[in-house]
Amino acid sequence: MLDPGILFAGVLNGLLAGGVYVLVAVGLTLIYGVLHIINFAHGSLLMLAMYAVFFLWRLTGVDPYAALPIVIGGAFVFGYILYRLVIGRLSHGRDENILLITLGVSIVIDNVALLIFGGDTQTIETPYASSFVELGAALLPLPKIISFVASLLLCIVLGLFLARSDTGKAIRAVARERQGARLVGIDVDNIFALSYGIGIACLGAAACLLMPTYYVTPSSGHAFVLVAFTIVVLGGMGSFAGAAVGGLVIGVIESLGGLLLGEQLGQIGISVVFILILLLKPSGLFGARQ
Amino acid sequence: MTRLAFLLALAFAAAITLPLVAPGYLVDVGMLVFFLAFIGQSWNISGGFAGQTSFGHAVFFGTGAYTSTILQITFGWNAWLAWPAAMLAGAIVGWIIAVLSFRAGLRGSYFALITLAFAEAFRILANSLSFTHAGLGMLIKADPRPANFQFKDPIWFYYLALALCIVSLLIAWQLTRGRLGSRLVAVRENEDAARALGIDVFAEKVKALSLAGAIAAAGGTFYAQKYLYIDPNIAFGVDKSIEMLLVTMVGGAGTIFGPLLGALALTGINEVTRTLASVVPAFKNVQPLSLIVYGVMLMLIVGRLPDGLARLFRRVDRHA
Repeated sequence: MLDPGILFAGVLNGLLAGGVYVLVAVGLTLIYGVLHIINFAHGSLLMLAMYAVFFLWRLTGVDPYAALPIVIGGAFVFGYILYRLVIGRLSHGRDENILLITLGVSIVIDNVALLIFGGDTQTIETPYASSFVELGAALLPLPKIISFVASLLLCIVLGLFLARSDTGKAIRAVARERQGARLVGIDVDNIFALSYGIGIACLGAAACLLMPTYYVTPSSGHAFVLVAFTIVVLGGMGSFAGAAVGGLVIGVIESLGGLLLGEQLGQIGISVVFILILLLKPSGLFGARQ
Repeated sequence: MTRLAFLLALAFAAAITLPLVAPGYLVDVGMLVFFLAFIGQSWNISGGFAGQTSFGHAVFFGTGAYTSTILQITFGWNAWLAWPAAMLAGAIVGWIIAVLSFRAGLRGSYFALITLAFAEAFRILANSLSFTHAGLGMLIKADPRPANFQFKDPIWFYYLALALCIVSLLIAWQLTRGRLGSRLVAVRENEDAARALGIDVFAEKVKALSLAGAIAAAGGTFYAQKYLYIDPNIAFGVDKSIEMLLVTMVGGAGTIFGPLLGALALTGINEVTRTLASVVPAFKNVQPLSLIVYGVMLMLIVGRLPDGLARLFRRVDRHA
């Protein structure tokens, strides 16, 4: 059987990876909670943001962590416009239709990326990429620790924004009761676009935090979309606490899956968890309603 | 109706004579159109008629491709004999996924996502297990004899694809006339109302997905025999699922000719970008353009023209 030290390191590494997944999942769950749409383009938009981080570094030498404010802002604007011009206009009616619209968006983004960037794998080299921190038996990469902390801090900032600011209160009002929000004078359409923008801004942040240790190709979106949905479904669609717990759990499952079942078969953990949750408890851990 | 019959007879005559007069590459393109229309019809039965949107139809296609290939390579079966076995395997996988998902009450987006996860799980399994030769894929030994379901002249694959396409059209036609089709449409339009009418909603959806599974699996075997090679990404990859969804959605979900129209449109666009890429050096890498066009078409059709291209041709064909 496995050495407990390796297992311990596996769990810690999984938690660190899961920290960034939390940010990805929070964006997805926010969009679902407010707009009630399942954003299948989530993975592709993350891929696009990762390319933005890569090119900022390649062309102007901006460190991925320093790029956080730029990419978050850019992603917010991109998401806002995407909602106003495409998703908000085309998606109405049945929820599968909205799913198909966002699938269309993801097909377009993936292939535009392939057309412009080519199929090569791109990575960023940073001076701190090979720094490690020793924790007991585990050797943890420094950038993963920074990303983990930054991701959780950003989630707290987002939580405070939603709890305290007027816009945040309006977003929560729309999520809770759309008609009521409209009646008290909230511009619901604007809140939809803002929420979508914030959801994509989370992806911008996640892209900055991922790039120091990860790579990007036009198909990176595929790799993340199922992970993101698994987290959100595990935690309960629309639940923030669920996304946080789900992200960490999935990070650990992924890490231990690779450790116990091997590189190839280990990836099956995510799909199996996803299928089991949907079949056994589709409301997830924290979801109140189905 | 007589006009439609006349048009169909004309199209049929054209399809029969095309390979006798057209250059070889057009025969391959035609084969691709009929093949796509065939596997698209599988998506149409469960996604179009019964309204159960799937993002993972490749799970059936891959099951068929792998079942017949493993039976041939590992167990020495004749390919023609392995074909019905592959269809049976596809139907069984469809039945299992349907029973599990619909028992759990999954609908709409949740059903779409779970089919995606099933296809992904199958892809990973095929990529890691030894009896599927893992990531190496499986190579069928070339021995081009009709008895082996391998043909020297690509014309025979063309005619076989044409025959499959016609069979799938007949199945869809039967559905629009028969009780099963009417019940499926009732389920699509309003499950609760369908239940109130005494329709066993669960059983009908299971039937639709099993039938869809068998058809897509038949397509999987056809693909394996044509190209004599499959690997986990070809067989179970997202691209195949999306392709089946796209031809149907673009052509017209829930219509008899939707998948065929969609396959014609998509293959046409593909050929244009391919020609562009080979003729104009500046456009060497424009292959992704065709998928960009499909993606935009998908959005426009879902948002603005829910009955697909079929709507442009006919008065009303969506079976309701």
